Amino acid sequence: MMQSYGRAWVFGDDIDTDVLAPGLYMKGPLEELAAHCLEAVDPEFAAYVREGDVVVGGENFGIGSSREQAVQALQYLGVRLLVAKSFGGIFFRNALNFGIAALTCPDAGRIRPGDIIAADAAAGIVRNCSRNEDYAAEALPGRLLAMVQAGGLVPYLEKSGSAISGKDAET
Amino acid sequence: MTMGATLAEKIIARASGRQQVAPGEIVTCTVDLAMMHDSGGPRRIEPLLERLGARVWDPDKVVVISDHYVPAVDAQSAAILDLTRRWVAENGIRHFYDMQGICHVVLPERGHLRPGMFVVGGDSHSPTGGAFGCFMFGVGATDMAGVLVSGETWIRVPATICIRVDGTFAPGVSAKDVVLHLCARLGMGGARYQAVEYTGSAIGTLPMAERMTLANMAAELGAQTGLIAADEVTADYIRASGGDPGDFTHWQGDADAGYRQVHDVNASALAPQVAAPHSPANAAPVNEYEGLRVDQAYIGACTGAKLEDLHMAAAVLRGRRVAENTRLLVAPASRLIAAAAAADGTLAALLEAGAVLMPSGCGACAGYGAGVLADGEVCISSTARNFKGRMGGRGSRVYLASPYTVAASAVAGAVADPRPLLGESA
Repeated sequence: MMQSYGRAWVFGDDIDTDVLAPGLYMKGPLEELAAHCLEAVDPEFAAYVREGDVVVGGENFGIGSSREQAVQALQYLGVRLLVAKSFGGIFFRNALNFGIAALTCPDAGRIRPGDIIAADAAAGIVRNCSRNEDYAAEALPGRLLAMVQAGGLVPYLEKSGSAISGKDAET
Repeated sequence: MTMGATLAEKIIARASGRQQVAPGEIVTCTVDLAMMHDSGGPRRIEPLLERLGARVWDPDKVVVISDHYVPAVDAQSAAILDLTRRWVAENGIRHFYDMQGICHVVLPERGHLRPGMFVVGGDSHSPTGGAFGCFMFGVGATDMAGVLVSGETWIRVPATICIRVDGTFAPGVSAKDVVLHLCARLGMGGARYQAVEYTGSAIGTLPMAERMTLANMAAELGAQTGLIAADEVTADYIRASGGDPGDFTHWQGDADAGYRQVHDVNASALAPQVAAPHSPANAAPVNEYEGLRVDQAYIGACTGAKLEDLHMAAAVLRGRRVAENTRLLVAPASRLIAAAAAADGTLAALLEAGAVLMPSGCGACAGYGAGVLADGEVCISSTARNFKGRMGGRGSRVYLASPYTVAASAVAGAVADPRPLLGESA
């Protein structure tokens, strides 16, 4: 199902978890950490990003630490979709665990700041509504998609009472 | 005839109860051991388990190690440690190492790793455990909560990249130089989602500490994990740590295993490497950065402060002095390492040279502990990552290098080649 999101915030390659969730603020509350999210590369991001917006990255988005505050900070600020040419492996899992679809999309570089984005995570389509273009993305498999739709791993486990089964994930 | 399996595929097949697995498949694995620390561990896990109304599936398969906020420096870090201690007691976790050092070093040091295990760690440097022939990878706290309630997790089977290291290391050249060189050669996404297996004649000559450095920094290649098949060196280390190496000869990749890529490294031709800010992939031979002034030299972290790392630093620093206007901070990776370094004279050599001794923990590496940098300051560090702002101020700059090179730079007060300082008396 195609779902509408907001504006794209576009970043380059190798956006790491220290930039997303700086270590200096890791022991404090999430709101304080989120205020510094991405400030090393865009000091205005945290102040101006809005509910429903989309963060677009190049290669290796979210490389580095396992700290899932990198995802939580984006989520706290209203980001609801991630699109990148590729993701750091742990970050990718963390995003799905918090119910945020992370779509691997080779054409992510065609998206410009402010473009309005929609996506179908099940079919693997990123739609650039501003440019009237569709880009192919890796579809999220089976149960991982269900987990995202449930709002993440914990709500999913609450509902199903079981771990994500590999058999189901393949379907 | 079917193709043979890599070491990673064999372990995942065993953990998922299958005859064989193929790269790209998503499978559910039974977790043999789950390791977490004070930052990503109990303080974040507890509310999730409460919400799920669940208990830890097997407290004896959980290891908790406090290392990020030790020793407490303020009320917030003290509260995090207090919560960690309380949660461990309430949940019957026997394997709790409080202020004993950095989790990736303490875990094998206390005999918890055995070749062939499938292990999750709540930290991104978890591939370190792969040096012991385990499949160990990092996960976030929510994934860890899922493991703790079920004893299972999903994984997409990675393809394996083989890094074949042959030749002989020159004096002053170490595992850190190999992996920094690989970061530059392959890039930080060079092994994305894949497993990196180190093989070759030079690996067999390395002590476990050096193998851990190689496996550890597979993460900086974007890999899910790094692995080194166990041999007698591995088995001896495990026995000496009170562990059981089991049938370690079984956990080897097949000769006809299907590697995605093979890369050769000639250790004999390798020069000391330095990675410029803000990426390990900015590595180049030390002469490219020689003479660049440094405010701080840091020997610490899971990557760069094991006993052998301290020996490298001492080999350079013995009989020499840290330069004026440069500070050298040394944070031994564990309490046992600090004790061993005290017993064998290493600490004395470092302290006489002017080093400042820091607590055994993650320290300044990720900007959590003491020793962080001001904006505009330059640090040369034996740690794994030099991302922007990681070690302190957003405007600070971190160069990565081996303990040899960090020590030589501390003496010069500027980035320096350690090779001229080795094998001669000061």
